[in-house]
This record gives sequence, C-alpha cells and structure tokens, in this order.
Amino acid sequence: MVNAAYRPEGPEGERVADGDPRPKAVLEGPDIRRALTRIAHEILERTKGGHDVVLLGIQTRGVTLAERLAGKLEEVEGRPVPWGSLDVTMYRDDLRMKPARALGRTELPAEGVDDRVVVLVDDVLFSGRTVRAALDALNDLGRPRAVQLAVLVDRGHRELPIRADYVGKNLPTSMRETVKVLLAENDERDAVLLGPASGRSEATAALRGLSGGSGGSSPLGDKGEK
Amino acid sequence: MSTYVIKNARILGGDPADILVRDGAIAEIGPDLDAAGAQVVDATGLVALPGLVDLHTHLREPGREDAETVESGTRAAAMGGYTAVHAMANTDPVADTAGVVEQVWRLGREAGYCDVQPVGAVTRGIAGEQLAELGAMADSAARVRVFSDDGHCVSDAVIMRRALEYVKAFDGVVAQHAQEPRLTEGAQMNEGEMSAALGMRGWPAVAEEAIIARDVLLAQHVGSRLHICHVSTAGSVEIIRWAKSKGCPVTAEVTPHHLLLNDTRAGSYDPVFKVNPPLRTADDVTALRHALADGTIDCVATDHAPHPVEAKETEWAVAAMGMIGLETALSVVQEAMVDTDLLDWAGVADRMSAAPARIGRLSGQGRPLEAGSPANITLYDPSPRRAVDPTAMASKSRNTPFAGLELPGRVVATFLRGRPTVLEGKLQ
Amino acid sequence: MKRHLISAADLTKDDALLILDTAEELDRISGRSIKKLPTLRGRTVVNLFFEDSTRTRISFEAAAKRLSADVINFSAKGSSVSKGESLKDTALTLEAMGADGVVIRHSASGAPHRLANWVQGSVVNAGDGTHEHPTQALLDAFTMRRRLGGLEGRKVTIVGDVLHSRVARSNVLLLDTLGAEVTVVAPPTLLPVAIDTWPCEVSYDLDAVLPKSDVVMMLRVQHERMNASYFPTVREYSRRYGLDVARMNVLPEHAIVMHPGPMNRGVEIAAEVADSVRSTIVEQVANGVSARMAVLYLLLGGSEPAIGKEVSE
Repeated sequence: MVNAAYRPEGPEGERVADGDPRPKAVLEGPDIRRALTRIAHEILERTKGGHDVVLLGIQTRGVTLAERLAGKLEEVEGRPVPWGSLDVTMYRDDLRMKPARALGRTELPAEGVDDRVVVLVDDVLFSGRTVRAALDALNDLGRPRAVQLAVLVDRGHRELPIRADYVGKNLPTSMRETVKVLLAENDERDAVLLGPASGRSEATAALRGLSGGSGGSSPLGDKGEK
Repeated sequence: MSTYVIKNARILGGDPADILVRDGAIAEIGPDLDAAGAQVVDATGLVALPGLVDLHTHLREPGREDAETVESGTRAAAMGGYTAVHAMANTDPVADTAGVVEQVWRLGREAGYCDVQPVGAVTRGIAGEQLAELGAMADSAARVRVFSDDGHCVSDAVIMRRALEYVKAFDGVVAQHAQEPRLTEGAQMNEGEMSAALGMRGWPAVAEEAIIARDVLLAQHVGSRLHICHVSTAGSVEIIRWAKSKGCPVTAEVTPHHLLLNDTRAGSYDPVFKVNPPLRTADDVTALRHALADGTIDCVATDHAPHPVEAKETEWAVAAMGMIGLETALSVVQEAMVDTDLLDWAGVADRMSAAPARIGRLSGQGRPLEAGSPANITLYDPSPRRAVDPTAMASKSRNTPFAGLELPGRVVATFLRGRPTVLEGKLQ
Repeated sequence: MKRHLISAADLTKDDALLILDTAEELDRISGRSIKKLPTLRGRTVVNLFFEDSTRTRISFEAAAKRLSADVINFSAKGSSVSKGESLKDTALTLEAMGADGVVIRHSASGAPHRLANWVQGSVVNAGDGTHEHPTQALLDAFTMRRRLGGLEGRKVTIVGDVLHSRVARSNVLLLDTLGAEVTVVAPPTLLPVAIDTWPCEVSYDLDAVLPKSDVVMMLRVQHERMNASYFPTVREYSRRYGLDVARMNVLPEHAIVMHPGPMNRGVEIAAEVADSVRSTIVEQVANGVSARMAVLYLLLGGSEPAIGKEVSE
C-alpha cells in the first residue's frame, strides 16, 4: 500500500488542542513542495513512466495541485502531461444539506479520458464522499482504463470504501477539527492548517479571512473546510 | 315598546348628556334624565351619532343568496351602525319593476334590522337600452326615489338625458356608475405605474371623469338631480367641484375603501383588492379625503359588495369585483377622516347619515339627535383598536380588504326607531 | 425559506449573475454525449401549462430531465371558476403529488403569484398573461453575454408591443439589474402610460436608435392588435417598426439581433434578417435549456433556494 510507505509525522502535541482558537500550520510551503515531488515520482513509478496519465484536479484546490503535479511530471519526463479540472458539485450526495452552490468548471484536456489512467487530485481526503462524486462525474465523461487518487492530506475518518493511491501526508485528526489547505495560487501562501471546528470561532473567521474569497467564498462551500 | 335612557353619551362627540328614548322617538335630551321602568344603557365614553344611512349596498337577494341575503346584509348593516340601506338594483332578476322592489322592501321589513330602501334600475335589465318603469317603482310600496344601473354605466347620452328628465316628476335622482365602457374593456385595475408593472389592463381615470363631465353638463341642462356613485379620482373631484360652483344639482359619494386604500395593494394579486371602480393612487386618496371634508363629496357610501369565497380565491383576471364594507365603514372613516382631523363627529354625522338620507329622500332617517326625532341612534366607541377579523362578521361573505388591518373604533349599540338592533356590540 | 422566481425583479444582481454563471457551466455539459446530471434525482417538477406553449414547455421539460428530476406535465387550457376546476383546486392537487417545483404558464397576470401562496414548492413563472417571463429574460441575457462579453453599459433596444409583452417587462427589469442601458421603441399606443417609471429610455423612432444599439430585440406583434386600433395596418407597422435589411445595415458591426419567437417573418422582422449571422434566434432556443437548468438547480438543488424571492399574501 502506497500510503503505508509514508508514516504520519510529528507527535500528537503538534495538533491544536480543542479550544485553542488559532489554527496551526502542520505543513509549510517547502513541505508541500516536497510532498508533491514525491507524489510525482510515485505516479511515474506506478504508471511505468506515466504515458497514459491524465491528471484531473477536483475543484477548487485539487485543480491547483493537479497543475503543479503536471509541472513536476513534465520536469522529470521532459514532455507535457495532460491535466484538467473536474467539478463534482452536481454529483454530491450532500447537496440537500445546504443551499445550492455555484458551479466550478469541468475542463478535460483535448485527449479526453477514454482508455487513459486518470489520476484524480484533491487537497484533503476525509469522508471519501467527494471522491465518490468524482467517480460518478467521471463516469459521465468517458471510460478511463484505470482511476487513481492523489491527495495532499489524508485526515482519516472515511465513510466510504475509498483510499488514496498517493498521499502527501497522513494527518490524524479528530472529527471536530478542520483541515484547511492553502495554496499560493488561491490563497497567497502555501500551508496546511489544522484548527478546531467550532462554528463561529475566531479560528473559522481567520480561516475565512485566509481563504481570501478565492473559490470558497462560503466556509460551507465545497472546498472550504474538510 | 321599551323605554331607554342612554346615559352620558357624547352627542356628536360633544359633552356627555343623557338621551331618553320612548315610543320609537327621542323624548328628551339633557343631564341626569330618568324615567320609571326605563332600561339604562351606559354610554360613558361613547359617541352618539344619528343612525347611519347607506346609499349604496348590494344585498344580493334575489339571485345570489349564497353571497348575501336581505337578512344577513341588514344584520351586517346594524352591526356597522346603520339604520337604513339602499339596496342596489343589480340583482337577479334585476330590480326594474315594482314587483321586485316591493319584494326587497318587504324582505327588509321582515328582517327588521334596518330600513331597506330599494334602488330601482334606470334601464330594463340594466342593459342600458330602454328605460325601466321608473314611475311604477316610485309609486310602489317601496317608494323608490334613487335609480341606478350600478355595476353598469348608463353610457348612452340620450338614455341618460331621458332618465334625468323623467325622474323629476317624482323628485327622483339618477345615481350614475361613471365608467365609459369602451375605455375600460377588460380593465383590471387603475391604469398607471402599478398596472404597467403588474401587466394588468389599465382602468384609466379619464373613463370615470369623462362620464361625470358629460353628466353634470346634462344635469345642468335639464335641471335634474344627479348623483355620482363611488367617486374615485382626483379629476372627478375637480369636475364635481366645478359643477357645484356653477349651481349644478349634483351630489356625490365616496366609499370607505377609496378613502383608505390605494392601487399598490394590487401588487399581491389578491383579488380581495379588485373592485369597481378600482383602487386608485395615493394622490387620489388624498384628494377624496379633502373633497369629503369640504363637502364637494356629499357622503360616504359603502358599495358593500359581497362575493362567495370561490369568486375571490382565483386568478385576479377572473375574480369578481367588489368588497364588503358595512361593518368596517365607520372605523375606516374614523381612521381616514376623524383621526386625521379632516372631519369632526358632527361632520361624520352629516356625511354618513344626514346627507345620504337627504339624497335618498328618506324622511325618517338622518334626522338630528334632538327631541322629536325618530330614535335612530348609533353609539360608537372610538377608543379601541382592533385587527379586522372577517370570520367575525355578520355578512355572509368574507371579502373585506381590511382583513388583518388594525382599525380604530367599535359600534356598541344601534337603535332603529327606539328598538336596539345591536346592544353591547351584539345583534339583538 | 420558500423562494420563487416570479418576476425578474425578484433577482438581485448577485442572483442574476449566479444564474448566468451556472448556466454557462451547464451549457458546457450540453455539449457532452451524456447530458444528464443526477442533481435533482427524487425531486418532482410539475409543468403546469394553462396556455399552449410547446416551445417553453419542451425547454423546461428538457431542463428538468437533464437534471434527473421527475417531470409531470399538466396541460389545462383555460382556467376559471366557470370552466370547472379552479387554480386553487389544481394547486391542492399539486400539493397532494408533492411537487418540489411548479413551472406555471398562465394567461392571467399574477397567476404564479397566487399559486405560490397555495403550494409548498418553489414556483417558476414560465409566462403569465401580459406580466412577466423571467426565464426568457435570463436566456436572453445569457445569449447577449456570450455574444458581447458582458452586459455592463451595453445598449439594448427592445422594439414592438411593449404594452402586452411579458418578455419586454422581464427584460427591462433584468437588463437594468445587470447594468445594461435599455431603450424601448414602439408606437405610443403600444407603450404603458406609466412607461416613464420604468428603468429605460423611450423612443418612437427606430432609425434614430439603431446606430447606437449593441442589441436589437424584436417583439412579436399580434394581428389582433391591429383590430383594436393599436396601429392602422400591418404594413404601416412593418414600415415604421420592422427590422429589414436596410435597417440592419445601420447597426454597429458587432450588434446582434434577437427575437423571443415565434416570429412573424415579414412583419416585425425580415426573413433575411432572421437568418443573418447577426441573428441569435436559434441560439436563444438552445440557451433556454441551460438557463432553465440553472434556475431549477439553484431553486431546487439545495436545502433551500439560493435565488428568488418570497411571496407575501
């Protein structure tokens, strides 16, 4: 198992204790860069050179990560790797728990997905429901030869039989905590933040502020907090 | 017949005095009155008005007894403080013969809640083509003096001229429903900003004003009494004011709803606000209030128009036009005229009792509250405010546009020739 | 909160832009081989058409079906107390069927507003009398935005029977919300008396307005208006207010010609104009499905409507 190869780092104390209002950075820019580089190499290894690979980032930050991964793959292999975006809003199983949300863009590379190895890319793997929706969406777009999953952070608490093939960091969390991925393209800086999930805490406010309205204007939006 | 002493009533809103009622008439007015065996009615804080007279009531009987009957309509009238109502002629069959008007008159006498004075149709079947037997109705037991095709305009100028002339023989008056028919084909509401926004066919003010202008000139020409029903526009007021200044024998009425509501109500598309003539603009409402205050408009008439639930619980376009108003009229007039200092209680007594009785030639109604007058008395408490509750009304119908609106005042008692029809706010 | 789309005025600028952006994404899906989305699975949409309009009904039906809603079509021409079942009874029937959304077309202005008081679901006005047709305005705005880039400051000229046009009413309101500058052009008989209270300019002279127009929207003119003396003859109307090739040629290079359909070729619009590259008439039909999908998704897709307005009794 790929994710078994990478053990979670850091002692328990690194997590923010419940009640601490401030989110804490558990990964900084260089950590994220290293994790993506490692994932890129793993993808090439597992797909034997990545010739049929198409990267599909799940809106919003998965798209940024897919673009970065595509860049790293090109650096190593010396040829462009097709990548695109996937919006799964219309396929979500929790649509009726919140008001209808704005849609993101689904943009496939010209090669399409038929007979390709599609690597879905997302920032945080939590319940697995987003990935389930992505698999359904993908099903309507074509018939890949295989589908794999790459995530920057796996925070556990799966509610569906889904696992990632490539994991940047396994992060043990409690259900009440939030994990927030910030990416420079969306949020002005790179970081992974861990914070308490109390609805109107300063932490949430701080997170909202940090997200800078890019992509997830509502903290309850599809990619705000996981 | 019982004798009553009404204690501490503020006659026309003045200082408290007692009223002794005996044998159907006012026997005496003064301080500390007493009489052996008299029933005492405590009227402390209440305003005493002469029994109200409505020039314009649709009782729906015969024909639409599902909406109202003479009995239910006159119960509503008594609850509203009325001692006489003029029953409009657009029944089924139309009140265009002596037979029908006598039937309505008799039904009113049997019910006994207030005097029912039938209005006769001007033309046969209110079709606007041939005069009805106006003289026969005038000579009948119902002694008809007011003639109207209300609901329809007597739009043919020749028919209108003939009717005006003909009723002079028995001191009658033609009450015109002023609505130029071609200008109002399919019209749904006042033509203006609201109708443009709501996409409803407009009912231009000029359709009313053009007919009033024509008819005051006709009335002046032939020297006949003309009455204008439910005046609804500022322009109509101007024409009537001009006509009166020229000595034209014209009188006019305004409804309570046109004194309080405007066409923005149509924004709800709730047909409870659909009425003929339509609710007009806020500026029109202001002009009507001032015209009633200065006497250009002579009286308030309810145009009480009951409709069954299914006639109103529909799309606006297919809904019936009209509103009930007997039980809210005095409260609305207080809200629009008295509490705004446009009219005092003596003014209310004139506009809602004396003037309509004079126009309708009802000799026993609208008389001043003084010894010797018939004891037609309304006791009214102007102090409480309450939300209008359609389900609590005596009318058979529920189509009040004031439902849920908070209005002042409450009729406490109504006396019809010395007999209480309402006492302590309850029908007797 | 129960919200509806009854008037274009129910939409804030944010609402309107959200609908247009959503329609843009949904329109891309309509280019795929699998056009269906699972979003409204289990939701019931009733198309309640009291007036014949095959085009609009099919458009709404396609929109609802592409979102996987259960669609019930209910056609009932002419409703009044005298003709049997009333609108209220129909509403009670819909309630019993558990309609989540009701799309209503009715010949009486305000019928959707009345219906909204009687049903639990969200009501979408698919055209009521001479009042409004908000989804037509949305698809028109969507079409303009695609052709012209944006609507802010764009000059839109609406020509024809404004008085009786629900399309004109909704377009004037929505385009104003979106920052466009609207001019209505018509013979004075076919303008409401209170047109000065609308957020638009008014002209009686088509030729003066055309050179400054980014969009010309021609409204259908009905022959029965001639019989009611709104204009003397169809020929005179066409000469003064019709869009022919000569008039089209004075339009700016980029300007587009729109028509909500169905057209009277040779009356308000010449066949050559209707079939020219400036014409968006066919696109409008396709865009209608995307715009209506966006409305249905935003009203019915979530826990509560994301757009629209509550209706007061």
